[in-house]
Parts: sequence; structure tokens; C-alpha cells
Amino acid sequence: MMVMVKAFQRPRTLIPRPTHYCPGCGHGIIHRILAEVIDELGIRERVAGSAPVGCSALIHQYLDCDMYEAAHGRAPAVMTGFKRVHPDKIAFTYQGDGDLAAIGTAEIVHAAGRGEKITAIFVNNAIYGMTGGQMAPTTLICQRTTTTPYGRSPEAAGYPIRVSELLSTLEGAVYIERVAVNSPGNVLKAKRAVRRAFEVQMEGLGFSMVEVLSPCPQNWRMSPSEAVKFVEDKLMPYYPLGVFKTPEAMER
Amino acid sequence: MKAAEENVLLTGNEAIAEAAIQAGCRHFFGYPITPQSEIPEYMSRRMPEMGGVYLQAESEVAAINMVFGAAGAGARVMTSSSSPGISLMQEGISYLAAAELPCLIVNMMRGGPGLGGIQPSQSDYFQATKGGGHGDYRLIVLAPSTVQEAADLTMLAFDLADMYRNPVMVLGDGYIGQMMEPVRFKRPEAAELPPKDWAITGAKGRPRNVISTLSLDPETLEALNLRLHHKYEDVIRNERRVEIFEADDADIIIAAFGIVARIAKTAIRILREKGIKVGLVRPITLFPFPYDAVSKAADDLNVLVVEMNMGQMIEDVKLGIRGRSEVHFYGRTGGMVPSYEEIVREVERIHGGGG
Repeated sequence: MMVMVKAFQRPRTLIPRPTHYCPGCGHGIIHRILAEVIDELGIRERVAGSAPVGCSALIHQYLDCDMYEAAHGRAPAVMTGFKRVHPDKIAFTYQGDGDLAAIGTAEIVHAAGRGEKITAIFVNNAIYGMTGGQMAPTTLICQRTTTTPYGRSPEAAGYPIRVSELLSTLEGAVYIERVAVNSPGNVLKAKRAVRRAFEVQMEGLGFSMVEVLSPCPQNWRMSPSEAVKFVEDKLMPYYPLGVFKTPEAMER
Repeated sequence: MKAAEENVLLTGNEAIAEAAIQAGCRHFFGYPITPQSEIPEYMSRRMPEMGGVYLQAESEVAAINMVFGAAGAGARVMTSSSSPGISLMQEGISYLAAAELPCLIVNMMRGGPGLGGIQPSQSDYFQATKGGGHGDYRLIVLAPSTVQEAADLTMLAFDLADMYRNPVMVLGDGYIGQMMEPVRFKRPEAAELPPKDWAITGAKGRPRNVISTLSLDPETLEALNLRLHHKYEDVIRNERRVEIFEADDADIIIAAFGIVARIAKTAIRILREKGIKVGLVRPITLFPFPYDAVSKAADDLNVLVVEMNMGQMIEDVKLGIRGRSEVHFYGRTGGMVPSYEEIVREVERIHGGGG
């Protein structure tokens, strides 16, 4: 007898409603990855996350789990407070490049430095989306934004910050990986990284972060297909994909 | 700290820390700053003994957001700081008020503005009672005048915070924090507190909880503001606290809060020996401000407001009195403390008809 199985379905943790994201935006994919990982690990009823300020400030409308919405950049501090009250629960932050790498630099560095047992999902699209396309700390040299109309110059605006490399120098950061969501293969790798980051937290090993290179066609002034190509051609050479820190390597 | 019923000799800072522990606070997040560092120091010793959490944050900005996370998680939680550090916390305090998260914030005021000094001051009255952060919100603000009262109000603060789902500030000054007095820890009568069914604990067996302060729709945001306003009206109706001292037969009323009221009492004793009948009205809650009690005590008498600033609470005193009495002011600032001799001199000047 042949049994029909529905092999692909909406994750339990993903609320069935249309998102507010622009066509070709990476957030929807990353939300789905998060929801699938939460389902697969069976942690929906003991996980809590924190939304950032920026395009994904409304992530709590899409994930069916307990959620905070933090002040701009403060999600690592908020989730530190949560985790210190409920050490048996699982905590994540979801933060963009302005949130994590500009206004919240101190909070992410010190949460990592303390080895806070939380997981940060860091969405790097090299631009400020919500406010309409201004320069981010991760904006590339020569990249045009509404506040670098002649292209980012190092003399005027300094250099883009490589957060994964920076944080991987800290003892408390035990799992750091940079992934991208520009192709089906990379989406699958991104999901494996997010899963591993949560497992590291659940094993009580310390701070984990997955940096996700993500397209922003709207503010890059590109078509969605041009934007995924931009991720590969322009972002990846400056922000190489890979695992920067693993607990296994630390044991050696 | 063993016997809760015995008098012990403690500084105001230590008394606040121990009172918080005895009120069930098991989470402290803070950052050292003079003149309140004895609170984090005390907590760093006591919290591990009690199975609690002491965490020294990287900044006051982070500390108040850790408080946000822990309060949102349903814990009794506090932080403490002094003026410049409290300024850094204002963003988080606005979010706490908007999200209606209960917590205790202690401000042991020092002289400002800017980095200012490390000596006692009362110059954050406006910041504490009129907002401080952005948006239309209120803190409940309690102003102790003795070490004993610092302990009592700390315990009360946690109950008020839970009852109204609102941040509460204990507003002291470097004097209250640093001086030593005997103190006895007395738990207030067990208050009936609402369940924290809104807390973030993992959505097990219930719909998810979301703690959010973003309302892009103005009608929703107006509704939140109105709901907060009604809550603050309840607080105003129920929680005004004031001490009236020797006011019945008084010809002149001094209005002062915190440590200045202590100094004023000495001045009143000396003035009464000299035959000048002076009374004191001391607001204990600065928000809600006891306008009616101030008004009643002052009646149509001359009023002297004494503060360690250049005139902040005086605006509320004037609001209470509504032009019926002459309101005079004497202030020292920048870390200077008014002496009882100075207050006596001011009262004598007013009594003698000086303007």
C-alpha cells in the first residue's frame, strides 16, 4: 500500500500570515530557518527570542513563541536578563547590522565576552533597510547608500566591520559561523549553522552567533536576482563564509 | 544578615541592598558609580549566598536592559546607580514603563549637570518625577529621609511595582547612601499581587506572550497611553504618602524631601525654642506628589521650600498651593548641603518680613 506523506509543510512555529518584507528580502527565509530549527529541536515551548529595531522589529508577528522586542541594539542585554532568570530555557536574539554592529556593539561584544548562553542571529545586508537605505557599519567601500551618495569612502566613513572575525577572538564566544541565503545550497548550510548554534547553547557551552549575509534588493536598488548575485560577487569576498569558532576547536 | 527583627548598623546603601534581598529580589544588574557602589558590592556578596544573580554589566545602558529582560521574565529585579548613570538608563526606563514591567531603580543622586561631582544632591527631581526618558510615562518615586525609611521604602517599592506593573524609583542622595544608622528589616504586610501571567517563560501550555512597545498604528498607541494614564490616576488616588511635622500651630511651613527634611527638623526645633512656630511638610512619594497635603498644611501661611538644587520640587509645591501663599526658596547645589543654621536664618528673614 502506498502512503501519501506531506513532506514539505509550514513549520509549526511559523505563524501563517503574509510578511511585510519587500520582494527578494532575505528575512523571510531566515525566519523560516529559525522556525524549522525550533520545531526540529522541539524547543518551541521553552524558547524566547528578542526582536531588534529595524525591518525585523515585527518578527514577533511571525514566530509563534515567546518574544521580547528590545530597544535598538539591546537585545543581547535583554536576553541576558531573561537567561539569568531562566537558565533552563533557550534564548535567541535576531538582529540586523545597525542593531548589532553599530548601536548595540557594546552589548553584543560583552554578551559574547561573558559567554552568555544565548544565540544571536545576525542578519548582515550591508545597509539600513527600515529607515530607507542609509549606510550601515557593514556597508562596503564604494557602496552607494542614501548617506554615502558618492559611495562609502574610508576617509569619511571608515571601514566595514567584520563582526564574526571580531567576536571569534573572545573566549566566551564558542560557536561563530558566517553563512548566506543567496542560493538553495547556502540556505541549507545556513539552517545547519543555526541548528548547531542552538545546540551549542543547549549544551551549555557558551555564546553562539550565526551571521547571515542577506539580500536587500529594495535598498540596494536592484532586482531580486541582481541582489543574490551581489551577495556572492561583492559581499562574500569581503565577508567570507565559514566557521570561525567551534567548541570542538577550542578543546584542542 | 541573620536576625531580621534586630537592629543592625548599616549605611543607607547597604540597607537598601539587604531590604531588596529580604523582599525577594534575586536578580541585580548594575554598574559601579559613586556614591552608590556599596549596593552592587553588597549584592555581589549576598546574591551568591541566596542563590541569586549579581551581574556587573558593561554599562548602565546594558544594566537597565538586563533589568528589562529579567523583569519581563517575571523576576523581582533591581538596579542602582547615581545621576550620570541614571541618565544613561533613561532609554530603558521609558521602555520599561511602556511595556509595564515591574522593577526597582535606585538613584543615589550626586551633583550635576554633566559628570558633576560625587557629593550629595537632589537635582534629579525633575528627571525622576516628570519623565526623564521620551514619551508620556511616570515612575512611582519614593524619597527616603532616613536609613530605616530607605529599607522600608525599598521593600514597599517591589510590591508597588508588581501591583501597578510599573517601574519604581527610590530617590535618595549621596548622604542617605553613605550615612550609617540603626535599621530593622520589617516586611510590609503581604500584599495581594496580580499574577505575572504576561511573563516570558516559554509558551508552554498557553498562547505565546509578547512584550512589545512598538505601536505603528496611532490609535493603538493612543489607547496604550490612555490605559497608562488611568493607571497613573489610580496611583495618584491610592499611593500619596507624606509626613507632616509640627504643622498644626505653625506660622511658617518648610517643604523639603529626603535628607533636607532631616536638617529642617533640627532648624524647626531651634526656631521653636526662639518662639517661631515652624512646621514641616515632607513628601515621601514624589510621584504621586501629595498636592492636597501640601496645600492643607500650607493653608495661607508663608512657605519655605528647601532643596539641594536650584528649585525643582518648588514647582509642585506651587501647583499644590495655587497662589494662596507666598512660596520662598532656599537651595544649595553642586554637592553643597544646606546647614540648619542657614535654614534658621532663612526662616527668620521670612518671619521678620524680609522678601
